[in-house]
Amino acid sequence: MTAGVIIMVALGAVFVFLAVQGAQGFHTDRSVYEPAAHNFWTYAAKLLFGTTLAAVLAMIIAVPFAIGLALFISHYAPRRLAVPVAYVIDLLAAVPSVVYGLWGARSLASAAQPVQRWLGDHLGWFPLFSGQVSATGRTILVAAVVLAIMILPITTAICREVFQQTPRLLEEAALGLGATRWEMIRMAVFPHARSGMVAGVMLGLGRALGETMAVAMVLSASPLVTLKVLTSDNPATIASNIAANYNSEDNRIQTVLIATGLVLFVFTFLVNFAARLIVARSERKLA
Amino acid sequence: MTTADVTMQTHSLPLHRLRLPQYAVPMVMGTAVVVAALLGLLLGWGWVPMAIVAILLTDVALPLWSRLVEGRRAAVDRLVTALIWTALVCALAPLAWLLIKTLASGIPAINGHFLTHNMVQQLDPVTFKTMPGSGVVHALLGTLLVTLGATIISVPVGLMTSVYLVEYGRGRPIARVITLLVDVMTGIPSIVAGLFALALFSVFFGVGTRMGVMGSIALSLLMIPTVVRSAEEMMRLVPGDLREASYALGVPKWRTILKVVLPTSIGGIITGVMLAISRVIGETAPLLVAVGSIDVTNTNLFSGRMQTLPVFIMTEYQTSTPAGYRLAWGGALLLIAIVMVLNLAARIIGKIFAPKTGH
Repeated sequence: MTAGVIIMVALGAVFVFLAVQGAQGFHTDRSVYEPAAHNFWTYAAKLLFGTTLAAVLAMIIAVPFAIGLALFISHYAPRRLAVPVAYVIDLLAAVPSVVYGLWGARSLASAAQPVQRWLGDHLGWFPLFSGQVSATGRTILVAAVVLAIMILPITTAICREVFQQTPRLLEEAALGLGATRWEMIRMAVFPHARSGMVAGVMLGLGRALGETMAVAMVLSASPLVTLKVLTSDNPATIASNIAANYNSEDNRIQTVLIATGLVLFVFTFLVNFAARLIVARSERKLA
Repeated sequence: MTTADVTMQTHSLPLHRLRLPQYAVPMVMGTAVVVAALLGLLLGWGWVPMAIVAILLTDVALPLWSRLVEGRRAAVDRLVTALIWTALVCALAPLAWLLIKTLASGIPAINGHFLTHNMVQQLDPVTFKTMPGSGVVHALLGTLLVTLGATIISVPVGLMTSVYLVEYGRGRPIARVITLLVDVMTGIPSIVAGLFALALFSVFFGVGTRMGVMGSIALSLLMIPTVVRSAEEMMRLVPGDLREASYALGVPKWRTILKVVLPTSIGGIITGVMLAISRVIGETAPLLVAVGSIDVTNTNLFSGRMQTLPVFIMTEYQTSTPAGYRLAWGGALLLIAIVMVLNLAARIIGKIFAPKTGH
């Protein structure tokens, strides 16, 4: 009982202390926010844009792979392969984020540079790929790829679980009517698992929004709004902005960072809460 | 109608649809590999583009062939199967790349000096020249201490919460609220946990305070939900028969929990705690913000900055020098090794203490 209350108190305390400490951050001198913005809300909005952009890019890359992997483990893999593959995917989650950041910045970025140059040369008419391609390869696209690898395990795990819960009878019935395996999955598994898949995707999104090190180490970024994902001018995310500036001597900057942390907290809280609600609703529907 | 006509009619209505031969998949894959290798040799590619081209060729050729022989529906099925295998390869490739890169760059950095020194400049006893410390021992100690602190905070809180949820709070609204909050806590961004510790201690000890214990508090915020979830699951697995047998003997509830429920589920709980530790031991962002970074060895959790292994990797990376990169990769290899050992140990303990099945 008491311990349970401690948890509630702790969660409340997170909010309260961030609010108390960040309160001044909402309206300090203009000079603190410059050159990115003139007041807190445009500053936070720009950072929130970067956060969302990186997370959404990561989701676009990760979700097809996550669903494919989940299907592989639940329906396609030979029995002997399913368990080891699931274990290896969990292993992806065990690698510390700072190692992903190091790998992303030192290996992936330079290896992906030719690919990005090719994208810039041939698909430059597409707004996302326009602009001067970065020579180091350390772009928000690479950061998004690293993020995608990091959120793959959680999304895969949740999708896999709901796929495996599809009633055996429905699957057998579909196969018995002559459906191919893919038709069976489309007609029996996906409708059954839809809300679970949405929840898995949103939990992955929540994780991508809050991830710090991968973005902070791959990018040298500043708060700005741009959709060009291949250039050297990259939008910072809230978390990476905190990691880049936390050491500042200026006390006002620290309060501003804490205030942006509060914004991130509320934002991820909402995303996770929505995901949990969807899961709860689907569980009730199944029961 | 003659017998010959009947035979002809049966022939025109086959019982089986045409299928690709059994060896179709390996054959297409083999051909794709050969074609990609030839193209690659002719055009001077590396082996990575060759592999990509081979995979793409397979993904296109197999459904096409199937379309010609088996029809549209089977072709779509083959295409999806091929794509799913491709997804598997694409997901495993980065993991393999990362592990190989870490091993290759980390092993040269790890030696006796690396494991026994901190980053303070030292006087070489032979040549009397100052040389950089280039060691990791301070970070290793710091990581162990901060994580130990986090464990000491989160295990009692997490265990008691799960005891409450399983044994006392069944169906009560407050238990449902706690479960929901625990779920939400799993999603707290780690850097927010670090900021919380920073804000908390700034209020009580003034701005600019950095202590190891701040990191412990931040990590425990991330660790508690994992502990609660796994302990809760394990305690729910304890059969109700055992509890009722104990009650029937007149044992009070708290003794039943201590003597029956906890010992039965202890293996699973230890596994859960170790997995939780292995999850937070690699956390960087909260420690970066709350504990900071320093070159000397500090083993006092309650005074001043401490170095931790993840932050060590980060700071060495930020030096942008070859020596710094070397140390960073060495630290990364060490960190991955610690996490993997914890993971493995957790699974082995889980196996050993697994409740014996069968009555």
